[in-house]
Amino acid sequence: MKWEVVIGLEVHTQLTTQSKIFSPASTAFGAAPNTQTAVVDIALPGALPVMNRAAVDKAIQFGLAIGAKVNRRSVFARKNYFYPDLPKGYQISQFELPVVEGGAITINVDGVDKVINLTRAHLEEDAGKSVHEDFHGHSGIDLNRAGTPLLEIVSEPEMRSAAEAVAYAKALYSLVTWIGICDGNMQEGSFRCDVNVSVRPFGQAEFGTRREIKNLNSFKFIEQAVHAEVRYQIELIEDGGKVQQATVLFNPDTGETRSMRSKEDAHDYRYFPDPDLPPLVIGEDWIERVRSELPELPAAMQARFVSQYGIPAYDASTLTSSKALAGFFEATVAAGADAKLASNWIMGDVSATLNREEKGIEASPVSAVALASLIKRVMDNTINNKTAKDVLKKMWESGATDPSVADAIIERDGLKQESDTGAIEAIVDAVLAANPKAIEEYRSGKEKALNALVGQVMKGSGGKANPAMALELLKKKVG
Amino acid sequence: MSLSLDDVRRIAKLARIAVSDAEVAATQTQLNRIFGLIEEMRAVDTSGIEPMAHAQDVALRLRADAATAVDRREAFQAVAPLVENGLYLVPRVLE
Repeated sequence: MKWEVVIGLEVHTQLTTQSKIFSPASTAFGAAPNTQTAVVDIALPGALPVMNRAAVDKAIQFGLAIGAKVNRRSVFARKNYFYPDLPKGYQISQFELPVVEGGAITINVDGVDKVINLTRAHLEEDAGKSVHEDFHGHSGIDLNRAGTPLLEIVSEPEMRSAAEAVAYAKALYSLVTWIGICDGNMQEGSFRCDVNVSVRPFGQAEFGTRREIKNLNSFKFIEQAVHAEVRYQIELIEDGGKVQQATVLFNPDTGETRSMRSKEDAHDYRYFPDPDLPPLVIGEDWIERVRSELPELPAAMQARFVSQYGIPAYDASTLTSSKALAGFFEATVAAGADAKLASNWIMGDVSATLNREEKGIEASPVSAVALASLIKRVMDNTINNKTAKDVLKKMWESGATDPSVADAIIERDGLKQESDTGAIEAIVDAVLAANPKAIEEYRSGKEKALNALVGQVMKGSGGKANPAMALELLKKKVG
Repeated sequence: MSLSLDDVRRIAKLARIAVSDAEVAATQTQLNRIFGLIEEMRAVDTSGIEPMAHAQDVALRLRADAATAVDRREAFQAVAPLVENGLYLVPRVLE
């Protein structure tokens, strides 16, 4: 039987506020345990939550960025469950009336665009952390994270493969970091995904029973966990079993998913409107102000790159994967580099070196203007492409923020391309004399035979010959 | 609607309330009476009335985003039954 996979995601994004959602305690990561807690966060009796305006602002930004409806009135509710890192005994969340409803994100898998609709996004508080090292039979509780603002973003079950789920998570990640509502630090838990997975026979209209994989904090884990879960469910059904609704954890070491609790023991969260918090009311003027302050979004910028710079859609999509990368590209072009060349260099050598050094484009030792000055020397034939790669390496090592660095290195190391016909001619003659066989092959119609000789001319010139000129000379002399 | 004794036991388990066998029958009677009251309220025609989210007709108050809280861990932990290395200790939780 052929099976269809159905996936929906719930993503918890930590919002980049200074203080917590309902208290004035700091949200900074990594402080000593329990030093960033106010009375509200540790749930002292009588302490009342007061909403952080910036958290609402960021929720509105997200709603507008995905073309969703921003509810003019939304309601906070108590989600009741018992766990020691949740001192109040309930989490303040939103249930029936979330702040954001609907909206959509476009993903691209293997060159094909697909629109994924979103159900909702709601504001809520994060819980604390449990430390399970052994404290003489006890667990330790750190409440620094308790009360950190979260935007939980829920998609419709519209993804049909692990690749689509990963593409969606990446697109969402790129968007929330682009508009700056989330710092995107996945190791620190700023972007955590719960993935709902079910399978059904191809063509069946009803969904199968789903299992929810909790708390995946890397794109690689999402992919591995979905594959493992799909395999498990299909095998179970084909062996005559039935999938039971459950919450599962993914173990990256074994590559397997393991059931945490079944539907039978599932909590009844007993949601009800929080009497401590009247409805959140968002006025037109607030929404319009946020709209006017939104940056150009990745999809719009991608389209603009194609029309304004004439680069391929693939390049535009890669270059707009982060705001910093897009900015670097535009700065390089603004400093006089050809757009396609700038794109090639940034997606090629620059990105490869950054990846190797595990750095972001912000940390590139070669600035956009310095890169542009190098590209200009390729454009005006001062150096060839291969030499330029070496120059870039040297610029990288020494650091280059000034546009004069490329020229200084070319001058210092005598790398200027040899375009003097006489000098190249001598080398060409020597190479031809040593390769009578290649000449014969070329004359008998094998065009490519001379390409190998260009390499030898380049070598003979110490890499400085203009390869186009070398080929031309070779042809002229042989033909 | 009326609840069976098994319903009562299951609800008690989900709500994490210990209800002994001796109490189940009485709890069943009480819960069923509450359901009766709810049925009575549901009979009232509320069409066209917007549901209330709060008893007072006010909007949520908002504060500026500023981390102004000072560290009061020492005072907070002075009244905690058990602390170590700045952590509150609780009976071991396993998952």
